[in-house]
Amino acid sequence: MIDSKILSSTTLRERPDFAYILDVISPGSRVLDLGCGNGDLLYLLKQKGIRGQGIEKDEDAIVECIRKGVYVHHGDIDEGLSHHEDKRFDYVILNQTIQETRHPGDIIKECLRIGKRVIIVFPNFGYWEVRFRILFQGKTPVTDLLPYRWFNTPNLHFLSILDFQEFCDIRGFTVEDRAFFTDLKQVKFSPNFFAKLALFQIR
Amino acid sequence: MGSKQSVGIVEPKTAVLGDLRLDNGSVLSPTVVAYETYGTLSPNKDNAILICHALSGDAHAAGFHSDGEKRPGWWDEYIGPGKAFDTNQYFVISSNVIGGCKGSSGPMSINPVSGKPYGSSFPFVSIKDMVAAQKLLVESFGIQRLLCVAGGSMGGMQALQWSISYPDALENCIILASSPEHSAMQIAFNEVGRQAILSDPNWNNGLYEDNATPRKGLALARMMGHITYLSDHKMREKFGRNPPRGNLLNSDSDFAVGSYLIYQGESFVDRFDANSYIYVTKALDHFSLGKGQELTKALSPAQCRFLVVSYSSDWLYPPSQSREIVKSLEASDKRVFYVELTTNEGHDSFLLPNQRQEDVIRGFLNMPVNE
Repeated sequence: MIDSKILSSTTLRERPDFAYILDVISPGSRVLDLGCGNGDLLYLLKQKGIRGQGIEKDEDAIVECIRKGVYVHHGDIDEGLSHHEDKRFDYVILNQTIQETRHPGDIIKECLRIGKRVIIVFPNFGYWEVRFRILFQGKTPVTDLLPYRWFNTPNLHFLSILDFQEFCDIRGFTVEDRAFFTDLKQVKFSPNFFAKLALFQIR
Repeated sequence: MGSKQSVGIVEPKTAVLGDLRLDNGSVLSPTVVAYETYGTLSPNKDNAILICHALSGDAHAAGFHSDGEKRPGWWDEYIGPGKAFDTNQYFVISSNVIGGCKGSSGPMSINPVSGKPYGSSFPFVSIKDMVAAQKLLVESFGIQRLLCVAGGSMGGMQALQWSISYPDALENCIILASSPEHSAMQIAFNEVGRQAILSDPNWNNGLYEDNATPRKGLALARMMGHITYLSDHKMREKFGRNPPRGNLLNSDSDFAVGSYLIYQGESFVDRFDANSYIYVTKALDHFSLGKGQELTKALSPAQCRFLVVSYSSDWLYPPSQSREIVKSLEASDKRVFYVELTTNEGHDSFLLPNQRQEDVIRGFLNMPVNE
């Protein structure tokens, strides 16, 4: 059995992005979480009375989701969306998923088709520690949010807050809200330098 | 979580139920259904699970018929005290399909008019008819709403049909290694099996006698079927290119895989009827809920929660067919879990021990009803 109290208090303390998302989405909403991992976020959403479902490619993570009772579809997000009707979901969430997809532009476009709003969370490649590592070590940076080496990383794309903002401008997406985080709190000042994690809500 | 045990000695039972109008217009009177039960029905009758078997299965899903019986029921791995379908918690009903030959109404039933078995004069039976007979059985227990209907392969088709035939009569539906309709390839394999039976000198248009049954044709049909239930990996592992065990001169085949299939075919004819094989494979081949939007429409009446499981090595009922079901369920806003389990055993995977399969079934059944 999962102790929901333990899950929510520790998770929320460690995951300011989760706290933000839980705060934004109102009960009764329909949510699709792409790359939902172990279903922690969906589980928290469920407790708030939000109807969620997820897509995840890792088999162990799927089994964990089912044990938690969060609705989940085992598969690749690149091929798992076309059967959904337009604007079926109030929110589509891409939490640290987009940098692992082959065609992020297409996926986000598809998310905007099936969702009224899309929340995208990604590790910020403009974070000062990343910059310093490249500058002083001359190597591909390995940090806590980018914990992989060049040869075993699932990340196909590396993007900063400025990169993503530029991408939205080029594609004509409306950015409704943005939030930036370090480990435990939001960053307001110079986020592209000081934030480890970025969250965009687009429409 | 207690330790896993066997349900022990179980008693095969037969229910004689009311008339049943079949899909093709004929009426079964009476409708006879062979079944077994495991566990205890709660006073509120809200803990019943119906198990549906695959093509060559029967009602004997768990436990033993006698102390001397070597092999337990076909899904003993998953049904019993402390197992995925925990008989300490649930009342499990397993029944044999009509059209089969394991005690339910079918070609081997005696036609009251002639005093002989119906044989090929038995009416065509569809998956929907099989499910209707199960519904009669469930009602005979006074159960209005099943906690779950579960099955693999043909059993999965039955479970899926339950969800749309009787949307109010089940809370949960578990569909393993199944399909919303057979592909040309699946029909093709069954057709070869049927033609093997039809070409047996003893076939006699299905009106054969007990002492001259179309054994050779049925054995060939089973050999064919058996290949499709295994996988390339499994066969390499199990047989490779080895010669048969024992004396090569007395063997019917130069290869271990050949003598294995011959053995499987021969042992099958002792426990299955050729007419039933034709009836049941036809029921499978004619089952069709469509594809894409047509399937979405067909599944729209369903109200229950779904768990759909496919297996990576299953080339007979490939994961893509399970995904068809899942996508249509999602498109019409049903509550559904889908997992593709990584296995090496092919279509038979759902019958074999698998910790993950156990975990997902258990987790699914443990979910509160209203979520």
